[in-house]
Amino acid sequence: MRSFQLLRPRSVDTAVEMMAAHPEAQYVAGGTNQIDMMKAGIHRPSHLVDIAGLGLDRITDRGDVIRLGALASNTALATDPLVLEHVPMVSQTVLEGATQQIRNVATTAGNILQRNRCPYFYVPGTRCNRKVPGTGCDAVGGFDRLNAIFGTSESCIAVMPSDLVIALRAYDATVRVTGPEGAREIPFAEFHLLPGDTPEVETALRPGEMILSVDVPKATALTSRYHKIRERRSYAFALLSVGGAARVEDGRITEMRLAAGGVGTVPWRLPQVEAALVGEAPGPDLFERAAALSREGAVIGRQNSFKLPLLERAIVRVLTDITEV
Amino acid sequence: MSDETKASGVSRRGFLSGTAAGAAAIPLLTSEGHAQEIVPGDVGVAAIEMTLRVNGQTRRVRADIRASLLDVMRDRLELTGTKKGCDAGHCGACTISLNGERRLACLTLAVRHQGDEITTIEGLGTPGNLHPMQDAFVRHDAFQCGYCTPGQIMSAVACIETGNAGSRDQIKEFMSGNICRCGAFPNIVAAIEDVRDAGLVTEQGT
Repeated sequence: MRSFQLLRPRSVDTAVEMMAAHPEAQYVAGGTNQIDMMKAGIHRPSHLVDIAGLGLDRITDRGDVIRLGALASNTALATDPLVLEHVPMVSQTVLEGATQQIRNVATTAGNILQRNRCPYFYVPGTRCNRKVPGTGCDAVGGFDRLNAIFGTSESCIAVMPSDLVIALRAYDATVRVTGPEGAREIPFAEFHLLPGDTPEVETALRPGEMILSVDVPKATALTSRYHKIRERRSYAFALLSVGGAARVEDGRITEMRLAAGGVGTVPWRLPQVEAALVGEAPGPDLFERAAALSREGAVIGRQNSFKLPLLERAIVRVLTDITEV
Repeated sequence: MSDETKASGVSRRGFLSGTAAGAAAIPLLTSEGHAQEIVPGDVGVAAIEMTLRVNGQTRRVRADIRASLLDVMRDRLELTGTKKGCDAGHCGACTISLNGERRLACLTLAVRHQGDEITTIEGLGTPGNLHPMQDAFVRHDAFQCGYCTPGQIMSAVACIETGNAGSRDQIKEFMSGNICRCGAFPNIVAAIEDVRDAGLVTEQGT
């Protein structure tokens, strides 16, 4: 691990100034995946700007939205009464991820910034465009069972592994950030970037920017469910997951949100499936027809074609759960 | 940063001056009460002085700024009860309590946790006066090789204290971060149920 200096700002403004003064600095908060990356030599910060203790850990009711502080722990997200009442899929996704030890320290911002888990990214001696840009990708045509089928490019097929991002994508959250050029808001749909030719650029964050909160519109009137399929019952990344939130009124689906994990290089929303459901009366035939539309745009590798039928079945399962009257 | 800092990696003075740039005070390097002598030894060029609160004692130590709490405790403070399994946050062998919450010491930078209350397996019970969870692990034969056991026990206590030991399934879910390669899981769960049912560890208010 490269040695670093630890800086402890007392305010957000000072933290941003410190980052601006040190181009190779990184913010540190929970420091879970980040410490892994530093041990592996993939992250080599010259300075760590420690933003714990700046009051960014609160979860608050802001009228139309629940504001998840950037440094609220995953444990807090899982158990907070406001989350459970208004945006329950946030809690469901967090509880399906990691372990209690990790959830106690991992944060909202760190969760959505976590790096991919493609084996070729972690193992030394393999080609990976996210690890070393421009070197190529050994995952394409390699061991790709766990890799993405949507949003891929020739440069990268790594899955965005977070569970939480599926809830935030389905709920149309907004990421509030601040940085050297001031504060701004990033719609969650635009936060994670498709790999394209520059897979090393993973988010819309500009250099030195800091996440302040993730604002989640209240989904109090919706029924939400997160269904995760993995190779062991606990503490495993998703082979595949589906998060859904729906409203049924007078026997018709009036609102539908669906996003899938374990399949996309970014959190994968399924607008074509949603469109096929809204206005219709819920039922098994409709669900199967709509779920079949989820295949649109899929690019299959050597070992991950199983994800297409599994995705359809998971969608049907979630639709059944969230439209029960 | 000063030239001195560059030359020496991170000296204590460099460390302090680096933070002073941001008008930040480090409440960490002050000694409290009955701090022991600094543990001697070669700790490399990036050594700084740290003060840690472990098992109710204040310990002053020189250690590399990059050192995990796990390495500092094992290599510098001779607290080897906490085990290093994967060193990557996967196995749970290094589970400790930090301000009452269970944490993975391998992913915890020691330098960031000066002043926090750290409890390790050594702080839980003694050979002549076992903590009820340690006693239950013995009675239920909840281990074979024993390597994961300190982490299992630290995690098991927290599992009950946080109210996540209501059912067998809940215990299994909330203990999933502690892996036992010997496969003693059924006996570990039984030990936790036993301690819970006897009221020897109880849910703590949050």
